[in-house]
Amino acid sequence: MALSVETTAKNLVLTIQDYSLFAYRGATNLFRPPIYWPDFLIQADIIGVGSASIVLLSGFFTGGVLALQSAATLSQFGATSVTGRFVAMSMIRELGPVLTGIMVSGRNASSMASELGSMVVTEQIDAMRALGVDPIRKLVTPRIFACVTMLFFLTIVANFFGILGGAAVTVFMNHQNGTQYFSMAYEYLHLADILQGLVKPLFSGFIIASIGCFYGLRTTGGTEGVGRSTIKAVVTSSVLIIFVDFLLTQIMLTLFG
Amino acid sequence: MTDFAIPVPLKHDSGPASQDGPVLSFRDVSIAFAGPPVLEDVSFSVAPGETRILLGPAGVGKSVLLKLANGLLRPDEGSIHLFGEEISRMREQQLFHLRTRTGMVFQEGALFDSLTVRDNVAYQLIQERVDDDEINTRVREALRFVGLEETFSLYPGSLSGGMRRRVAIARALIHNPDLLLYDSPTGGLDPITSTTIIELIVKQRDVYRTPSLLVTHRLQDAFTMCTHHFDSNEGRMVPLPKGQTHATTTFLMLAEGRLIFDGSLQDIVASENPFVREFLE
Repeated sequence: MALSVETTAKNLVLTIQDYSLFAYRGATNLFRPPIYWPDFLIQADIIGVGSASIVLLSGFFTGGVLALQSAATLSQFGATSVTGRFVAMSMIRELGPVLTGIMVSGRNASSMASELGSMVVTEQIDAMRALGVDPIRKLVTPRIFACVTMLFFLTIVANFFGILGGAAVTVFMNHQNGTQYFSMAYEYLHLADILQGLVKPLFSGFIIASIGCFYGLRTTGGTEGVGRSTIKAVVTSSVLIIFVDFLLTQIMLTLFG
Repeated sequence: MTDFAIPVPLKHDSGPASQDGPVLSFRDVSIAFAGPPVLEDVSFSVAPGETRILLGPAGVGKSVLLKLANGLLRPDEGSIHLFGEEISRMREQQLFHLRTRTGMVFQEGALFDSLTVRDNVAYQLIQERVDDDEINTRVREALRFVGLEETFSLYPGSLSGGMRRRVAIARALIHNPDLLLYDSPTGGLDPITSTTIIELIVKQRDVYRTPSLLVTHRLQDAFTMCTHHFDSNEGRMVPLPKGQTHATTTFLMLAEGRLIFDGSLQDIVASENPFVREFLE
């Protein structure tokens, strides 16, 4: 039992070390040629355009649920007029970035891990290396930067549709004033809130792509191994997104209050 | 016992890529993966213009040895020299350049299934940003060499197993490599397709004289390579005169991680090693 704990601890440390080196190489390749811009654009399309609909819908309904829940509670204090402020703040500072991260993680970390994992088990990665092409530079770097870039914009989309969803519920279900909702949402929004909301997706995007690619390229054990890598990628990236969100929130609150 | 007369080697010139030392050399190479050693103290070399056939039963470490040859794997001990450079401790970034001088044919072809045959064969040229027209010309030339020009625009998924191997050979050849590494190129194929593949390898050996290391567990393929040559006039592989063998095509044999044989066809046929005898019979 003691040996197994020791082995597990060693494996964990080794995995973290490997991931750190991998992520460092994946990120720094962007500043050294050759840079595969066409691959970046393809990935930006897959991640950004491909995820837009799920991000839009999840943002819209999350905003709607927030409006429903908050209005129910706020009405007890006669403060339903601040629903707009509550929804906008929650979406922009917290739910927009985290939800978008989790949704894109489920969709893209899994696809990256399974795609690269399949390439490993069919020796396509070895073939790429044998042809003198660096798989990290060719496959990982474009995915990381496409994911970071697109998650930033997807978060803005989620925020926008979240506020819109809240407005729809406020106006059509709670029968409140829409102008009041939007003016409250806008009036109490500060630069620090927006900054906090838009810094988080940069980290989440990096986590999704680097974890997805890392587990994909570490795949062993045939098609069953591809399945295991996919599960690990989604679970690890989702947990890390929430953990890093917690850290960033703490830091941002310390900096901006 | 294989019915095979002990033949006399046919004199053969070295290829145009002549250089002073061996193209590839292994010195006391050992490697293990969480268990007993897969390879132990393996030493051999491939000279310019030479074709070495690595024999051995399945799971003996032949593919591992091939991956060590161009740095896809790193040995635990020993040294490997590729084109005169020690690669066993070389950084991955430095290895990429050296690997462009080698061509490797993987066991199942390892074609990129999301790319067309044209893009697969031209993969290296595309990365080097070679002009599109030149790429198309060279791809067609390489596909013509393997007899698959009509597959230019197809995806690997629509090709048979034998066709995939031939496309993989075209991909390995397009850059005119200085060393070819074949990993069981006929494994799992029917006899007719296997002969087609072997004919291509013999054609490459005799027309371009590229040194190569070929891994196989199929004895008949190895013997065919030794007893045939490519006749450019007839455009096909023909048997050498009775009793002659290809002088620069020689054998290596692996057993239980160790190299137990290194020599010519005559030597392997005459070998007294019990494992070699068992393998031949």
